[in-house]
Amino acid sequence: MILDSLIDVLTKNALITAFAFVGILVWFSYELSARLTRGHIHGSAIAIALGLVLAYVGGSITEGKQGLADFSLLAGVGVMGGAMFRDFAIVATAFGAELEALKRAGFVGAASVLIGVVLSFVVGAVVAVSFGYTDPVAISTIGAGAATYIVGPVTGTALGADSGVIALSVAAGLTKSVLVMIGTPFVAPRIGLNSPHAALIYGGLMGTTSGVAGGLAATDPKLVPYGAMTATFYTGVGCLLAPSVLFLAVRAIV
Amino acid sequence: MVIYGVALLSFCMLVGVFVGDILGNLIGVQANVGGVGIAMLLLIILSNLSHYKFQIGSATENGIHFWSAMYIPIVVAMAAKQNVIAAISSGWMAIIAGVAAVVVSFAMLPLLDRIHIGEKDDS
Repeated sequence: MILDSLIDVLTKNALITAFAFVGILVWFSYELSARLTRGHIHGSAIAIALGLVLAYVGGSITEGKQGLADFSLLAGVGVMGGAMFRDFAIVATAFGAELEALKRAGFVGAASVLIGVVLSFVVGAVVAVSFGYTDPVAISTIGAGAATYIVGPVTGTALGADSGVIALSVAAGLTKSVLVMIGTPFVAPRIGLNSPHAALIYGGLMGTTSGVAGGLAATDPKLVPYGAMTATFYTGVGCLLAPSVLFLAVRAIV
Repeated sequence: MVIYGVALLSFCMLVGVFVGDILGNLIGVQANVGGVGIAMLLLIILSNLSHYKFQIGSATENGIHFWSAMYIPIVVAMAAKQNVIAAISSGWMAIIAGVAAVVVSFAMLPLLDRIHIGEKDDS
C-alpha cells in the first residue's frame, strides 16, 4: 500500500520526480568524478555518459524510443530533457556572453556552418557509396543524416526516399550526436577548443544541437552560448542545401 | 522581481523561434532556421543595452541565471531520453557514417580556428 501510493505520487508529479532523479544522478556523477578520476573527467561529462547508458538500458527494457522517459515513473525526464526546456536553457546561457567575441567570429562562424553541412553530407554520402548504394536519393538522404537526424528525414521525405533509408539517416545522425556528446571533452585540448572563437566554429561544424549542448557542457560551460548559437543555424541550412544543391551535385556525379 | 527575468527570457525565446519559423517558411524548408540563435542574439543585445538604457535588477538577473544554471541538468535529462538503441542497433553503415562525419568535423576545427577576419592585428 505504501509502495503503491509512493509510485502514485512519483507518477503524478512527473516533472518534479525528474528534477529529483537528475539531481541524484548529477550528484553521483560528481562523486565518481572526484573519487575515481580525481576530477580529471568532469562530473558533467560522466553525468551525460551515464544518462546515455541509462537511455540504452531504458530503451532495451521498454523497447520505446525515449530512453529512460519510457518508464512511466520517469516520464518527466522526457519533459525536462525535451526541446522546449533545452532551448530555454540554451537561450539563458547567452546572458552575459560577449558581444565582441560574436562580432569577431561572425564571418568565420557563418562560414563554418556552410562548411560543416557540406563536409558531413559528403562524408555520409561517401560512406553510403562505399556500402554499395547507387541511387542518388538514398545517397543524399544518408549524407543528410550524417549532418543531423533532422536534416536526414527532411531530405529523405522531400526526395521521396524509402522509409528504411530514412531510418538509416536518423541512425547516422543519432550516432553523430551521441559521439559529439561523449567525445568532445576528450578531443577538446587536442583541437584547441578553448576559446569563444573556437566554440563558435565548433558549433557550426558539428551542428547537432543536442551533441553540441552536451559536448560543450562537459568541456567548459562558459563556451556553451557560442557553440549553441551557430549550431542552431545548422539544421536549417542543412534542410535548405541537402535536398537541393547537394542532391543535384550527387545526381550529377553518380 | 524574478519573474521579470524569466518573462524576458521567454519573450526572447518566443520572438526568436517565431522569426526562425518565418525564415524557414520564406526559404521553403520544413525547419526552424536559427530560431534559438536569434533568441540568444536578442538576449545578448538586450542585456548589453541595459548598461545605459534600462537597468536589469539583480532579482531579475536571478530569474535568467537560474535557467542558465539548469542547463547542465537539462542536458543530462536530454541524454537520458535519447534513442541510443536506434543509434547502436541499426547496423554498421549508419554508425560509420555518423562517426566519420564527427571525426572529419573535429579535424576541421583547428584549420578554421586560425582564420581571424576583421580582427585588429597589432603586429
